Amino acid sequence: MKRSQKETEESARKISRRSMIFGGLMLATGGILAARMRYLQVDRASDFRLLAEENRINIQLLPPARGLIYDRYGRILAENEQNYTVVMVRENADDVDAVLDRLSRIVNIDMDRLARARDEMMARAPFVPVTIADRLTWEEFSSVAVNAPALPGITPEVGLSRVYPLGADFAHVVGYVGPVSDYYLESTGDTDPVLQIPDFQVGRYSVEARLEQNLRGETGSRRVEVNASGRVMRELDRTAPTSGDDIQLTIDTGLQNYAQARLAGESAAGVVMDTQTGEILALASAPAFDPNLFVRGISVADYSRLTEDPYRPLASKTVQGLYPPGSTFKMMTALAGLEAGVITPEDTITCRGYIELGTRRFHCWRRGGHGRMNMVDSLTQSCDVFYYELAQQVGIEAIAAMARRFGLGIRPDLPLSGVAEGLIPDRAWKRANRGADWVVGDTLNASIGQGFVLNSPLQLALMTSRIASGVPVVPQIVRSINGVDQRLSPTDDLGVARDHLHVIREGMWSVSNYRRGTAFRARVVAEGYEIAGKTGTSQVRNITATERADGVTSNDDLPWNRRDHALFVGYAPADAPRYAVSVVVEHGGGGSAVAAPIARDLLLRAMYGDVPPLSAYPASARRDAEERHDTMDLLPIDPRATTGRIRA
Amino acid sequence: MSFLEYTQKATPTGLRKVIYLNWALILLVSTVACVGFLMLYSVAGGSLRPWAAPQMMRFGLGIAVMLVVAMVPIWFWRNVSAVAYGLSVLLLLFVELFGTVGMGAQRWIDLGFMRLQPSELTKITLVMLLAAYYDWLDVRKTSRPLYVLMPLVLILIPVFLTLRQPDLGTAILLMAGGGAVMFLAGVHWAYFAVVIAAAGGMVTAVFTSRGTPWQLLQDYQYRRIDTFLDPSSDPLGAGYHITQSQIALGSGGWTGRGFMQGTQSSLNFLPEKHTDFIFTTLAEEFGFVGGASLLGLYLLILVFCVWTALQTKDRFASLVTLGVAVTFFLYFSINMAMVMGLAPVVGVPLPLVSYGGSAMLVLLAAFGLVQSAHIHRPR
Repeated sequence: MKRSQKETEESARKISRRSMIFGGLMLATGGILAARMRYLQVDRASDFRLLAEENRINIQLLPPARGLIYDRYGRILAENEQNYTVVMVRENADDVDAVLDRLSRIVNIDMDRLARARDEMMARAPFVPVTIADRLTWEEFSSVAVNAPALPGITPEVGLSRVYPLGADFAHVVGYVGPVSDYYLESTGDTDPVLQIPDFQVGRYSVEARLEQNLRGETGSRRVEVNASGRVMRELDRTAPTSGDDIQLTIDTGLQNYAQARLAGESAAGVVMDTQTGEILALASAPAFDPNLFVRGISVADYSRLTEDPYRPLASKTVQGLYPPGSTFKMMTALAGLEAGVITPEDTITCRGYIELGTRRFHCWRRGGHGRMNMVDSLTQSCDVFYYELAQQVGIEAIAAMARRFGLGIRPDLPLSGVAEGLIPDRAWKRANRGADWVVGDTLNASIGQGFVLNSPLQLALMTSRIASGVPVVPQIVRSINGVDQRLSPTDDLGVARDHLHVIREGMWSVSNYRRGTAFRARVVAEGYEIAGKTGTSQVRNITATERADGVTSNDDLPWNRRDHALFVGYAPADAPRYAVSVVVEHGGGGSAVAAPIARDLLLRAMYGDVPPLSAYPASARRDAEERHDTMDLLPIDPRATTGRIRA
Repeated sequence: MSFLEYTQKATPTGLRKVIYLNWALILLVSTVACVGFLMLYSVAGGSLRPWAAPQMMRFGLGIAVMLVVAMVPIWFWRNVSAVAYGLSVLLLLFVELFGTVGMGAQRWIDLGFMRLQPSELTKITLVMLLAAYYDWLDVRKTSRPLYVLMPLVLILIPVFLTLRQPDLGTAILLMAGGGAVMFLAGVHWAYFAVVIAAAGGMVTAVFTSRGTPWQLLQDYQYRRIDTFLDPSSDPLGAGYHITQSQIALGSGGWTGRGFMQGTQSSLNFLPEKHTDFIFTTLAEEFGFVGGASLLGLYLLILVFCVWTALQTKDRFASLVTLGVAVTFFLYFSINMAMVMGLAPVVGVPLPLVSYGGSAMLVLLAAFGLVQSAHIHRPR
């Protein structure tokens, strides 16, 4: 097959022509590729560089250890406990189901929990550790460790979890921690990245919540380089977390424990305060609850049991509870009278059992009246008419000003949840809130701590401290943070004449030590340990005229929630006050019969630094006291706590 | 046309042929291959294993094959081209029936020391056969329908077989490569206009057939097209390849992040980083300068091939040389367009750089043909 030269040359020319076209196309394509490369690599380089960094670097947060909480003697109230957990890495287990089956025979795991953990494990990357079980006992934990060869992929691990060794005793003081909820994030505006750590816990109540910023500490972090599947390749740098601040409270654990035990069975509150410094030594609210339940995630059944209890265990009655102070308020009216100069200690008023104001009668608690009495007598026997008469001369504004000087109606600045302001009414308040003018009847009611007057047990203890010491102490519950003293000393003077305070103290001494005193039966007979105080019985209902005509129904015949509140405020030792106390027993009945004995026991416990000896009790009360102390479930006394004893 | 037509005196014989090799082309090819070794070393995290060392051995073998092919006169290759084509089609049939299942596609024959990809071999044997066909064909008959139909059938047989595997990338390369040889051989413009129009219709058909019982492409191929059109629609799924490869490319900047400093590839964000997406590693570590340099090297290789083709007066030799050039061009341009987001992700390796034995050997053998044409050109 021979072809002509011409033909070959023509074909070669054609090939040349078309290959030039191709060459051009190729070069053009090369140009397009180069242009695209330039666009991506030069024009958009910084965008892509950023994306590459985001791909590569992963920041992992290292949770700080939460600060510890101690009592005034260094006894631990909230600590971080080792939490034994079992985690599993799927890719290390040959047969996930078989391993889980074997594990469930070694430790006790809820089947639902197991199924959830299994689903989570399957849904995530095979190397991600998933928690299968937590809060194992040491026995379970060690048996998992021992059986490790039979459990491929399973690792026993130790984490930190909050624990409250004293349980319910400090539920309302220390509070509790809990998981971070959406509500928490919204309401606090807290943007600390540590909150994104799964299972991280924040303070939800009381000191744990209010001092969260101190207790939490500084989050650490480490930057790690990860590959496309998220596995950590290496650590680039690390900032170690800083533990939270340790907090020492002013509470005396032994006293707090005794107070909770003493109040058990009642719906009640008891506060013990240092009269000289304002430090709160005990802040007991009964009934309480176990805060550890909340840390672990409380069950619906447990929670509804707490919310449905008529004694309201979730309420911190010492600071949140507001009660009409009743007769414990009379000291304020008396002092207002003395300071205003409308009465002297020697002036007397005659009580006929009631006074008439227009068409209305205001009764004294004693139907027959008390007869002639001076100020000390009126306190001793808690005569109401004396104060009705006095209040009319003093006026509400002076009484309210005096009450505020003693801390009533002012919100105590304490790191606790829901601290109530209370209410000391005056003309302006009534106009603003009730839209009505103040009437004299309001003054009469307020003079004996009824009507609009409302105070928390803590405020009553503060008032008593100021009466006892003559110093405007401020209530405090935090002794030190990280070893730095946080206590405040009172600055200004109380501004009440010492002589006038003396009269009030004399009255309060008589209440507990004079034979006709309302709290005489709850006196202390040990020399140097005598107490002084004031009873109070505040009505939670109005007594109608017909009722009064028929004879006031005895508290015992009323349903629990309509009975009177029983109150007692006091201090001891009477001649050199060191401790102030307030006790409120909700719907407890009479202050002298119910609240005064509890208050006496708290003061004795504070003074003796231990369960008080029977010799301190009057003979008639010894058998009850002995029985009570035998049945109380108390903590062993920490030897350091006995330094609280006076006259040592 | 036989070897007798060549001026025997001017054609080098024996070992003298070595002197007449196109040494510049060998140098260029070796440089590109070295870039490949460097990148394979880098993506393995600074290790010759598992990719760089085997690749070097294959390159050594490939150079030997190239030299052997180059030594053999070009007319011998013309005479055996039909046999070579038949053999490669038989191998394609063989993988269709017995091929090792890997990566979801039957593409390899396990020879023990390497896995042979017959589809790679076919790319060059098809070009050879078409060149031989047009060498045999009377030039005046080139555009007659019957003689246009014959090469079309020759192209469509392997295209059909590779599509069955399924290997869209190779099918496109075969079709484009074969079509290019037909165009270079002088087939009338009108045919190509018709084919382009038909291709347009085909694309329409492909898209309209989606989801119907007579769906023309595999689901994964549709997804690749989808993500090509909008990679950000599924950044962690099917669009992952494109998104991550553009991130790698873009983060390179002008001069790159430095050898072995690319975070995208060393941390496994890049898919197929040692094969189809190896260009992204180069671009990440050496930047625009590195990427453009490689592109420049490729274009130089093309220039040398076209130069060789224009010098030879032999129809077979020029068509084979140009066919090899076009195939080579299609390889790197489709690959680069793919990683830069200009073309859908189809399985086309970066020639001489991507890890893979068959493609490397076949390409070097193809350059052996170019060398042979160069040595045995009429003088």
